Formats: sequence, structure tokens, C-alpha cells
Amino acid sequence: MRIILNGDQCEVTATTLAQILLEQGHKTDAIATAVNGVFVHKHRRAELFLKEGDRLEIVAPMQGG
Amino acid sequence: MVEFYGTRIDNPLLLGTARYPSPSVLAASVKQSGVNVVTVSLRREAGANGVGQKFWDLIKALNVRVLPNTASCYTVKEAVITAQMAREVFATNWIKLEVIGHSDTLQPDVFSLVEAARILNEEGFEVFPYTTEDLVVADKLVQVGCQVLMPWGSPIGSGRGLSNPYGLRSLRAHFKDLTIVIDAGIGLPSHAAHAMELGCDAVLLNTAVAKAGNPVTMAMAFADAVAAGRMAYLAQPIEQTDMAHPSTPVIGKAFLA
Repeated sequence: MRIILNGDQCEVTATTLAQILLEQGHKTDAIATAVNGVFVHKHRRAELFLKEGDRLEIVAPMQGG
Repeated sequence: MVEFYGTRIDNPLLLGTARYPSPSVLAASVKQSGVNVVTVSLRREAGANGVGQKFWDLIKALNVRVLPNTASCYTVKEAVITAQMAREVFATNWIKLEVIGHSDTLQPDVFSLVEAARILNEEGFEVFPYTTEDLVVADKLVQVGCQVLMPWGSPIGSGRGLSNPYGLRSLRAHFKDLTIVIDAGIGLPSHAAHAMELGCDAVLLNTAVAKAGNPVTMAMAFADAVAAGRMAYLAQPIEQTDMAHPSTPVIGKAFLA
């Protein structure tokens, strides 16, 4: 299915958020996620199924002032 | 010594982590200045290259507390979600809450700021709101649970120092028990000392150190300035006057005319 990953169209085969993160190569704990503008706690990733057209945001630490 | 939500911090200088020439200069600036708190942020992870993890490993190795921010958020929703994500990644309830209202000045949208602060306080966050020196806004932030205020000195990254010392002095006088941190606009150590002399509890800055010709030395200069300003405030500075007052006693002066 196609989802919007960090603003870009992305084709994924996995269906749960946890599986999609693995499919995209995110193996670190240093990320946080939101789906369709709602924060998804890491403990909920395995049970959250994404749908066609869902908007997934993945963020990680970076420098800030 | 400064206290944030019951946590005591030795060094009242807080440093941002952006815009340094290299990670090693950032690390050296933090270490050499003795800073205990640094600000960090969150951004989209461009790929699975682990850039975010590498930065986070660098910060963790510095053995300092982190204050995540909601930089570049323009709405309550954006700021709240960013704070929720930051709490998970950085494992802290502290959040430097920025809700920007004007893209040129990066002035806070104080109406949205109060609403976002209300939501985050209810969710158990310890909110550090980036605000103006406006007393009414400060009162609203306190009403929704904020115990720290972070008024701007002047626009972020401008290096202009304190635009409204009178307003900051008023803020200090009206909120005696709150922790006040000057955030943004500091360009020189003398600006930071000025803020502390007015009774502010801490100073947060980034660009003035990161973009200096020698960031490490500048960070040390700021640490000294903040300490000197705090000491001066506690020593109770004299009142300013418009007229001169001779410091040498005139009584007993020889009559030589």
C-alpha cells in the first residue's frame, strides 16, 4: 500500500507501524512516531495497522536551540 | 544554582546544541563551560542512516540534562505532538515550549502558547514556555501550571541583547518565586550578565556561542558572565541616579581657594 512517509509517497508491504519501521530500516529506539497527526507511543506500534494514504511521521533527535 | 521544577542545577547557563562548526566543538563548549543543561530538538529522520541516534549518543556522553524544544511549531497541535514525541525519545518531562507566531521575528504566539502549556501541564510535562516579558501572559502561564518563564531578550539569533530591561525587571518583581530564564537574543557575555543583574535566574543561548570565532572560549566567557551577574544581583546593586554624588567625602577638605 502507499502511505505518506515524512511528506513523501512511499510504497510499503508491511501493515503494522512496528513492521513498517523495520521495513524502512529504523532499528533504533531514538525515534518517535505520529500517524495522521496523532502521537503513537512506541508500545502501540505493534498493534497499529496503517491504511492506504495514512500519513506517517518519523522523527529523531537533532541539534536545537 | 537554579531550580527547575524541583531539580537543582549548578550552572545557570543553558546552551543550545545547534550551529556549531563540528560535534567536537559542541562537546568541548559544553564541557569547558561546565554547562549542566543543553537544548535539543526533533526532526524528520531522513532515512535509516541513524544520524539522530549518533547525535543522541554524543549528547548522552556529555552527561548533562536535556531540555527538548518544540522549535518551528506554529500551532498548538504541532507543539503538543512534538512535546509528546520528545518525551518518548529523550525520556524527560521537561519541554521548552515554543509556539511561533511570526516568521520574521520568531516572536511567540502567546495565545497558542498558553493553550499548549495548559494541555502539556495537564499531561504531566514540566513546561519551559518561550514567551515575551508581558505580565498578563506570564500570569496566564502561571495559572495553567508553569513554574518557569522563559522571556525573550530579543529575537532569536539576533544577538541584540535585552530589548526591554524595564519589562524584565517588572517580570522579576511580579513573579518573585518563579524561575525566570532569558531565552533568545543574547549576543555578548555582557548581555547575559545584564540579565542576571536584573534578577533573572538563568540564561539560555545558542548562536552567540556556536557562531563565535572560538565557541569554546566564548562558552567559558558566558559562564563567567552569568556567574558574575548572579553574584552582583545577590550583592544588591546601588540605585541609579541622574545627578552626581561624590564618592570622596567632602567634609574635612582643606580650604585652599
